Amino acid sequence: MYVYDEFDRAFLAERVADFRDQVERRLSGALSEDEFKPLRLMNGVYLQLHAYMLRIAIPYGTLSSDQLRRMAHVARVYDRGYGHFTTRQNIQFNWIKLEDLPQAMADLGEVGVHGIQTSGNCIRNVTTDQWAGATPEEFDDPRIWAEILRQYSTFHPEFTYLPRKFKIAITAAPKDRAATKVHDVGLRLHRNEDGELGFEVLVGGGLGRTPFVGKSIRPFLPVRHVLSYIEAIMRVYNQFGRRDNIYKARIKILVHEIGAEAFAQAVEAEWANIRDGALKLTDEIIDDIRARFLYPDFAALEAEPAELKAALEDPRFATWYRNSVHKHKVPGYSIVTISLKPVGAPPGDATADQMDVVADLADAYAFHEIRVGHEQNLCLPNVATKDLPELWRQLDAAELATPNVNHISDIIACPGLDYCALANARAIPVAQEISKRFADLDRSRGIGRLHVNISGCINACGHHHVGHIGILGVEKNGQEFYQITLGGRADEHAQLGTLLGPAVSYDQVPGLIEDIVDAYLELRSSPKELFIDTVHRLGVEPFKERVYATH
Amino acid sequence: MPLIENGKLVEDRFIRVADEDETLPASTPVLLSLDRFLKEEEALKSANVEVGLIWPNNKPIAEIAPYLPRLALVALNFPTFRDGRAYSQARLLRERLGWKGPLRAVGNVLRDQFLIMARSGFDQIVPVKPADAQAFDAAMHSYTVFYQPTGDGRKSLLRARLGRSATRADDNGSSDRGAAA
Repeated sequence: MYVYDEFDRAFLAERVADFRDQVERRLSGALSEDEFKPLRLMNGVYLQLHAYMLRIAIPYGTLSSDQLRRMAHVARVYDRGYGHFTTRQNIQFNWIKLEDLPQAMADLGEVGVHGIQTSGNCIRNVTTDQWAGATPEEFDDPRIWAEILRQYSTFHPEFTYLPRKFKIAITAAPKDRAATKVHDVGLRLHRNEDGELGFEVLVGGGLGRTPFVGKSIRPFLPVRHVLSYIEAIMRVYNQFGRRDNIYKARIKILVHEIGAEAFAQAVEAEWANIRDGALKLTDEIIDDIRARFLYPDFAALEAEPAELKAALEDPRFATWYRNSVHKHKVPGYSIVTISLKPVGAPPGDATADQMDVVADLADAYAFHEIRVGHEQNLCLPNVATKDLPELWRQLDAAELATPNVNHISDIIACPGLDYCALANARAIPVAQEISKRFADLDRSRGIGRLHVNISGCINACGHHHVGHIGILGVEKNGQEFYQITLGGRADEHAQLGTLLGPAVSYDQVPGLIEDIVDAYLELRSSPKELFIDTVHRLGVEPFKERVYATH
Repeated sequence: MPLIENGKLVEDRFIRVADEDETLPASTPVLLSLDRFLKEEEALKSANVEVGLIWPNNKPIAEIAPYLPRLALVALNFPTFRDGRAYSQARLLRERLGWKGPLRAVGNVLRDQFLIMARSGFDQIVPVKPADAQAFDAAMHSYTVFYQPTGDGRKSLLRARLGRSATRADDNGSSDRGAAA
């Protein structure tokens, strides 16, 4: 965990006071709604279909148990008893009243949690791998660099009114769990031949109505230059990004229009002027931030304790263990994913009671720490392997042990037309119905890894372009229709899905998904070939023939 | 409209001359658009009046460099408060081009942006709303903690954190003058 110091706490208190004053000026009429809107957005406050929505940042997906408990409190006191974890490592409360907002923010601020820059045309919450600091795969803890960027980007005077929002993601492992190739800037931390730590820098990725995979503009940037290089990128974008059309204002359009090479040249030219200036990170600065991250005091434990061996006799535990437990870098410890996708429930939702349970379990078994991943699941990154059976028993009792991580029912979905003012179609009920069709765990295990992503409109908050199966809700003559894409992925081999065929109606979607899965089971070369690999090998045509023949 | 310079309400010596106004007033400082400035370049040289220039948002600020020696004021525009191009122009003007003279924020200038304008290098502000002018002092002091260095000389957290440790006390007093540092 990163521990806020007196500076962070002072800033947060000032920000809460600033927003309280802005709300008062809005209520008195001194601020028009037009003037207030960007200010509230930069504090995470949206006006949705039915109510104000408060989006809270979970910087790089890391939460303490006290912070999660405070979110449960906000859900209980100011909302309707639940919260929704998003694909950007944030949590949203959908039913908060404007007059309660400053107090809810003050309550959250007491534990160092806030909604700053979770919306608006500024640098948003920097996201990373939910297994940071725990996975044996990483070159360094990416949260150190996410925290440095969080501080740098917080209320940046030059970059608070950008052409459009700006999202940065970092991966420090070759296996990309942070979807860095579909962000405005993706940073891939690795070591060069000399063992030096640096970033590959990608720009111009993104989803929405004009999706692009990011382009690499620099293969290796020594870590000490990360802030000056980001500043150079931001400065080029802030001056030359389009402001004439909101749909063409993201950096991906600028990069596309002038070309990645010309963009890179502009960035390098700007960077040459500032690379050795005040933003250059010294070892002292990096060490100072690093020292504020507290790591668990790991004990020397057996890698395969007797408790685990005994528990594996229970087939239900064994199923969960194989699905939801992952290798930790310290022997005797494990990474545990907590599925927020129980069959038939809205993806990513957690009740206040469930949040309290997870917070208590984190205290008992996981060094008080919880993570949120972009797949809308939670994670306990540091659990002693010997404690897994007891942890599982308690998760199971709270309906938090559905062993469907990475299965077809582990669906990413945006809030859709049930909540969102922008949506054209529902997303949550589509996810619920698909997960019911594949509720049989033996069946879904037989299908293997398959990511279904659902967006209720072209803005793509449900990341449909990068779902192995992507589902996009559109509106046709006042009816909800859905376009299906196959073959998208958000990992280190990121690519955009290919349209399968004509859009289908709401009622037809679950059956169509079943047909696609049946086609895959028939087409795959062996049970070892994943869905995404079959699509990659054969293209969408054989799927199209089979699926549309039956409809 | 009121003019605030370095926190104080002051008289505006400059007359803003629109492009369509026929003649330039004699012996009074004038604030001109780039088009007008270029059109009157020769006349202005001989008239010996102080000239202020409103640099457009859509031209790279580096191109102002040849004119700077003849200017008494530079103004940058905010067509709406949501358009942040002038923040980058301001920082480049101060930190890259070394402009030490007055730098004025004009256009849709509102209270909630005063502080970031100052941090970007503006020392003159023309607020749209009279009430905002009254609240200038409060707006400028709404924050005491700044995470990132700019050219405004305020100490940023990047250095302040280090200032806590006695061994690095020498960093404590130095400013974070941006690109030029």
